[in-house]
Amino acid sequence: MTQALKDLGEYITSALPQDVLRTEVNRCGELTLEVRPASIVKVVTFLRDDTGCLFKQLVDLCGVDWPGREQRFDVVYHLLSMKHNQRVRVKVATDEETPVASVTAVFSAAGWFEREVWDMYGVTFSGHPDLRRILTDYGFEGHPLRKDFPLTGYVEMRYDDEAKRVVYEPVKLTQDFRSFDFLSPWEGPLPGDEKAEGNS
Amino acid sequence: MAESQIQNYTINFGPQHPAAHGVLRLILEMSGEVVDRADPHIGLLHRGTEKLIEYKTYVQAVPYFDRLDYVGTMNQEHAFVMATEKLLGIDIPIRAKYIRTLYDEIGRILNHLLNVCAFIFDVGGMTPLLYGFEEREKLMEFYERACGARLHANYYRPGGVSADLPAGLLEDIAAWCETFPAVLDDIETIATGNRIFKQRVVDIGIVTAEQALDWGFTGPNLRASGIAWDLRKAQPYDVYDEMDFDIPVGKHGDGYDRYLVRVMEMRESVKIMKQCIAKMPGGPVKVEDSKITPPPRAEMKRSMESLIHHFKLFTEGFHVPAGEVYAAIEAPKGEFAVYLISDGTGKPYRCKIRPPGYLNLQALEMMSKGHMLADVVSNIGSIDIVFGEIDR
Repeated sequence: MTQALKDLGEYITSALPQDVLRTEVNRCGELTLEVRPASIVKVVTFLRDDTGCLFKQLVDLCGVDWPGREQRFDVVYHLLSMKHNQRVRVKVATDEETPVASVTAVFSAAGWFEREVWDMYGVTFSGHPDLRRILTDYGFEGHPLRKDFPLTGYVEMRYDDEAKRVVYEPVKLTQDFRSFDFLSPWEGPLPGDEKAEGNS
Repeated sequence: MAESQIQNYTINFGPQHPAAHGVLRLILEMSGEVVDRADPHIGLLHRGTEKLIEYKTYVQAVPYFDRLDYVGTMNQEHAFVMATEKLLGIDIPIRAKYIRTLYDEIGRILNHLLNVCAFIFDVGGMTPLLYGFEEREKLMEFYERACGARLHANYYRPGGVSADLPAGLLEDIAAWCETFPAVLDDIETIATGNRIFKQRVVDIGIVTAEQALDWGFTGPNLRASGIAWDLRKAQPYDVYDEMDFDIPVGKHGDGYDRYLVRVMEMRESVKIMKQCIAKMPGGPVKVEDSKITPPPRAEMKRSMESLIHHFKLFTEGFHVPAGEVYAAIEAPKGEFAVYLISDGTGKPYRCKIRPPGYLNLQALEMMSKGHMLADVVSNIGSIDIVFGEIDR
């Protein structure tokens, strides 16, 4: 299985040497292609139509946030080939400003997925026919799955009996959200334990 | 009579509508009685599951999966624990595999019973819903006896299942498997050949094989369009490769075929359940590695090591080696998958949930265009949507 995926990766790279930056088969036996952002539509179309690939289904499309990187977002596509019973993962890196080309013309299924990535991460897609928010509230601000968006959010809503409508207010918590850092102190130097630091 | 000019008008269907199967707000642009445009507004049940999971340990994340598709709950847990196990690189004991297969099929019947009966109810047949719910209640008792909860099971764990099955449960499930096909026959007697039912669903919402692939259909909806694809056969997990069962496939891709495929799948599920019970091996139900699963209670009273393991597991949780994995299972509604990224700590870095209903609902506009308003209701019923998993 792994060998077949390696071969497939080499086959795709040899067919599109300009567009595929890197291929990798990870320890879970999955093929990942990192692709130049400008050529995502070309690569996905190739994967769908080439007889050696025939990835006829876009099963998943999602964003990932890596705040430490210069290109902070990954857009990850998962494709499935029923003919060859294989899956492939395609990754494109981008930042807040640069739009990614939409693949809705290749797979209709991408429409809502790309709306979701826009909603959750603020990644824009050029050429998308209807790039609105999808899961969050009407008039929502911010992109909740970004790592710098707090878990509790910024606003809460309630029904105001006097105004006879739903009102939005800043979040007030009776107790702050507690996120415990359980990383074991035994795995690093203990604070104030100079002896341990000297050893390491 | 003077010819009157009919103008397009917009209907707001939902957010609370008995035929919407949850909180669906559908903006319909109508030209007379015919649908021109259907724009589903979803997200009314959005709870930020993916964000919450990033702040929880792997074991704490499991219950969130019950609350996605709350109709057949254990199947969702399965995708997540499978993703975690793949990242950990562990293999689970054979008995746990059989238990999971058995309960996946119970979940499938739970889901199909609700969908098939609610679908018939949507188009005017009330009795099957009552029959179906009686059987669902019995199945939920089997859930309860295994894990203590009728609905939100929280039974699967990375490394196995939380506890062994109690004595006598398998015999009762086997007895139920004998009686259930008769109930299914009753439901089929009412609906399958029924003229009124067929008038509402035959040739309504036809999806061709190409459209089904393009719109990302999976599960019974894809199979109804004539593509024999089932992850249980194609990419078997747990002990599905040892099971003998068939994949029902439709021909026309209309609402009627989707109904028939689901009914047939329930019969196949009973076959799988019987095989699981007959072959159920003994042995442990979770990996005997105290770094991943908690040690037995009795041992904690005597062994210092066990106590430490228990404490570490329930505060910090186990650490999962860095990496990424995409684990998909054949959930009752289609391919339910988890794309999990670990950064080596005790909490997932990113957990993308791929719900099948999301794509099925997306295709509603394509299916309903040019149909009557009443057919939209029939289409919603036939594609099997539950908002817990769509909105997440």
